[in-house]
Order: sequence, then structure tokens, then C-alpha cells
Amino acid sequence: MSKRTIIPFGPQHPVLPEPIQLRLVMEEERVVEALPAIGYIHRGLEKLVEKKDFNQCVFLAERVCGICSFLHSVTYSQGIEEMMSVAVPDRAKFLRLIWGEIHRVHSHLLWLGLLADSFGFENVFMHAWRCREKVLDLMEKTAGHRVMLGTCCVGGVRRDITDEGLAEVLRVVDELQKEFDEFVPVVLNDYSIKQRTIGVGKLTKEQAAELGAVGPVARASGIARDFRETGYAAYGQVGFKIVTATSGDCYARIQVRCGEMYECLEMIRRAVKALPAGAINVAVKGNPSGEVVSRVEQPRGEVVYYLKGNGTKNLERMRIRTPTFANLAPLLAMLPGCELADVPVIVLSIDPCISCTER
Amino acid sequence: MANMIKRVFSNLFGRPATRLYPFTRREPFVGSRGRLQNDIDKCIFCGMCQRRCPTDAIVVGKKPDKSWTFDRYRCIVCGYCVEVCPVKCLSLDPKHGD
Amino acid sequence: MLNNELPVTRDTLLNEVAARRHQGYRFVTVTCVDLGDRFDIVYHFDKDYVLHNLRLSLGRTEELPSISPIFFAAVLVENELKDLFGIPVTDLAIDYGGRFLLSEGSPVAPQRKPDATPAQPAQPTDGAVK
Repeated sequence: MSKRTIIPFGPQHPVLPEPIQLRLVMEEERVVEALPAIGYIHRGLEKLVEKKDFNQCVFLAERVCGICSFLHSVTYSQGIEEMMSVAVPDRAKFLRLIWGEIHRVHSHLLWLGLLADSFGFENVFMHAWRCREKVLDLMEKTAGHRVMLGTCCVGGVRRDITDEGLAEVLRVVDELQKEFDEFVPVVLNDYSIKQRTIGVGKLTKEQAAELGAVGPVARASGIARDFRETGYAAYGQVGFKIVTATSGDCYARIQVRCGEMYECLEMIRRAVKALPAGAINVAVKGNPSGEVVSRVEQPRGEVVYYLKGNGTKNLERMRIRTPTFANLAPLLAMLPGCELADVPVIVLSIDPCISCTER
Repeated sequence: MANMIKRVFSNLFGRPATRLYPFTRREPFVGSRGRLQNDIDKCIFCGMCQRRCPTDAIVVGKKPDKSWTFDRYRCIVCGYCVEVCPVKCLSLDPKHGD
Repeated sequence: MLNNELPVTRDTLLNEVAARRHQGYRFVTVTCVDLGDRFDIVYHFDKDYVLHNLRLSLGRTEELPSISPIFFAAVLVENELKDLFGIPVTDLAIDYGGRFLLSEGSPVAPQRKPDATPAQPAQPTDGAVK
């Protein structure tokens, strides 16, 4: 029985975008078990909901996370609309889809850059973030801000995209397609990347189902579940195809996310072509009351919002369960048996968004 | 690997991807949300913007001396005050800062 | 009330959760609402995109049995319940002892409403009409 040591991974580590500590129990070079410690950026947003009225809470929901911000506000708005039985116009649903998919592309490009940085492939990191700049400029031209779009509101969207804006969207989508065709095959076929990711951090289909994995982590293990299939917010009219892989290791997760990036571009093209004319929001009167659970597929998986209103303008309870919170338990199952040098790659392959986890 | 050779050459001999800020600046895009402005002559000091602001950044003084101030660091430039203003004196300027 | 809801008590909770696990449900999350005189704890499970919920009504000082022996993924959420609401959860697979999300100098159980004074017991009337 060799001696065991405990090495703390984090909270400050060059590969982590946000602080999380994993206490790794090591036997020589192999990890035996891992224990997470979070709480470094807990902001208490769920308590702040009791003080702000339900229209102002859209901005609060948006600021739970910086990388998946628009989809948080869409989930919140959908929940309140269901509670108050508000029917959102079709144009608003399509605009939410377009901005949501642009946001998904930006999130996956950010993740691809960070993952390449974790094994020292700086070239792909810089190139992915250069493509991401085009997406951020597109978001500023159509919505006004680069990251916190602030366009979703209860009852629809607050801004419209003009025809010039839509032409710009299609132009950027075509440019991105060319860039992806150039560098995504390099990432997927590179010998060094394959050596470092194939067989590393394996999560079997049974483990993924039992531990409640969501998003690309579950899809890479063969579970074909994507909440967009239920057809909220114009996904039913635009349609898409679920990208899965079977091997359940880090390489499979790279394949799934790269496939999703291509699928996002296709969806944006279809949505822009099918965009109907009409109003972009409806006036919302009264206060929310009742309970509702609202779910949306974010770039990292399924996010769940539980909202409870009691007839006043402040909500009684807003509970958020973000996808990274659900993927922490599978992470603890992936780590035992790997080497210390593989830990950053595995942690980044679940796409950790710790500010979402801790709110 | 051969695909990256094309990218290597275009990186070596092409324009840099970054701008030489602060010597060259990009013009802000139309419709970009930079900073809140108030046309103080049209303002009727009703206080709607103060009530709606999510971060309590606006303070409207009522009688006897009417004033309108906002904390620039609290403002998240969401535009909620612009939407509810009844006389439309508030607007968002695309330029950040200064 | 949510769709597909089943009320449970502390005694029937573990059996119902084990039945869900057997039927192949995925564990989603646990929600706690502080209603002043009691806690409302809702367990959410998912199968084929439909949510099924179990609702448990817990007194202010009662203990909650953990479902982490059945669903390991619940251990993180139940530690969070312990931190933010001060609910004593027993039999946790990993117990952080109230230090999962909050640290030494943080407020204790910040989302728990202050315990109200118990209401005065009603005085029995003797039937006189006033």
C-alpha cells in the first residue's frame, strides 16, 4: 500500500476560468478520489430576488453567468410567461432562438480555446478566440452589448433586428463556416490532441444516467437527450439534429461540441429564412402567482428554474439549478484512475461554469 | 497539419488581428449601448426611472430643488429607464466612457 | 401545484425515491421554499423530458433523511440545503458540515426566514353570542 498524498487543484489554476477547488487524493501519480470545495464566488442571487420586482429580475437572471447569460434570461422569462399565461408573439420566439444560438456558438468557441490552452496548443486558443471576436461584434451590432445582451424581457424581446442586421448575421455565419472548416478538422485529427484525450476521463452510459449528467457530457456517453427537442421558443419550427458520440471520453466531448457548433450555424440560417413579421413583445399586466418549473438547453446542458409567485410584484422564490452543478457528480466519477497531468483536461472537458454553480 | 500551414502564412504576412489602441480607435456601432444621457430641459422629474432602475442608480430630487443624478458605476446600461420615461428625455449614447 | 406531483412524508420518502431509481428516472434537483411555519421540499425527477415531483412538508426543526445513498448526485444539493436553510440532513454520503457554500465569517443560514414566535393557542369559547 503506497503512501497517499492530497494535492489541492485550484482554486487558482491557469486553466480554470473560475475558482473551484478539487482536493485530489493521490497515490504516486494516479488520482484515487477527488473532493470538490466550492463557495468562492457565492453571491446570494436567490435571496436578492425577494427585493427586486419580477421585471427587474430578468437582468438579475442574466447576470448569473457571463458565458450563457442570454439563455438564463430566456428561461426566466419563459417561466414567468407560463405562470401568467402570456402568449409571446412568433417573431419574438424566433429572435430568441437566433440570439440563443449565437450565444451557444460563442460559448463553445470560448470552451474550445480554453481546452486547447490546457494542453498548451496556444495557436488553436488564439484562433478560436479570434473567431469569437466576430461573434461578439455581431452581438454588439444586433443587441447593443457584447456579452450581457439585455434584450429578453417578460413578454418577448426588447429590440428588433432590422433587415440589415439579418444580412449581417448571415454574413458572419458564412465567415464562421469557412473558419470552422479550416481549423476544426485540425483539432479533431491532430495526433497530440488524440493522444491526450482518447481514453481519458471515461464516463460510461450507465454512470452518466445514474449520476444525472446533462448536456454534451451525457450526449458524449451515448445518451441522446437534448431539451431543445421539446420544441420551446421556435425550436419546433426550425428543427435540429442531436449530436452524440459513444465513447464517453474527453475526445467524444470535443466531437460533440464541435458538431454542435456546426449545427448552430445551420439553425441560425434556417431561423433567419423563416423569421415571421409581427410584434416583438406583448404588454404584461398584473403580478405572477403560482408555481412553475421552466427548463431550457444551455450550452452546458439543461438548466432548471423553479419560480414561485404569491401575487405581489416580488417573487417568493427563484431556485436555479445550472448544468455544471449537475455535472459535478459525474466529474467526481471521471477522475479516479487518471494521472495528475490529465486532471486539467478532464475538468475542462465538462465545461465548468462555476459562477453558474454557485450563483 | 497541412491545413495549418496556410493559416501560418496568412498570420505571418497578413494584417494583425488587433488594433493599435489607443492610437487607432474603432467607431462604436450604431445602437450599441454605451452611456445614459438625459436631456435635462425636457425632464419632468416624475421619478419613473428611479422606480424602475434594477440597480438603484438614478436619484431624482423632488421639491424644493429638482435634480436628477445617476451613479455611473452602478448603471448597467440596460435601457429600462429609457423605455419607461413618459417624455422620452433619456437616451443611450453609443460612446462608452469619458 | 406543479404537474405530476405526489406528496410524501419523511417515512415514505426513501421508498418512493428508490422506486423512481428502479424505474430509470434521472435525478434533477431538490428545491426548498421557506413558508414561514414549515419548509416545502420538492424533489424533481425527469423521464423522457417530463418532470415528476415529490413534495415533502417539513417542520422547522425536523430532520431530513438524505437520498444520497440512493442517488449519489443528490449529495451536493443536500449540503447546499444544510448551508443556506439550516435544515439538519442526516446520512449524507459526503458531509461538509455546513461549509459547502458558506465560509467561516458568512451569515448563518441566510435564506431561512427568522423563526416566528408561535401563535397563541385559541381560547375556548363558551358559546355565548356577543
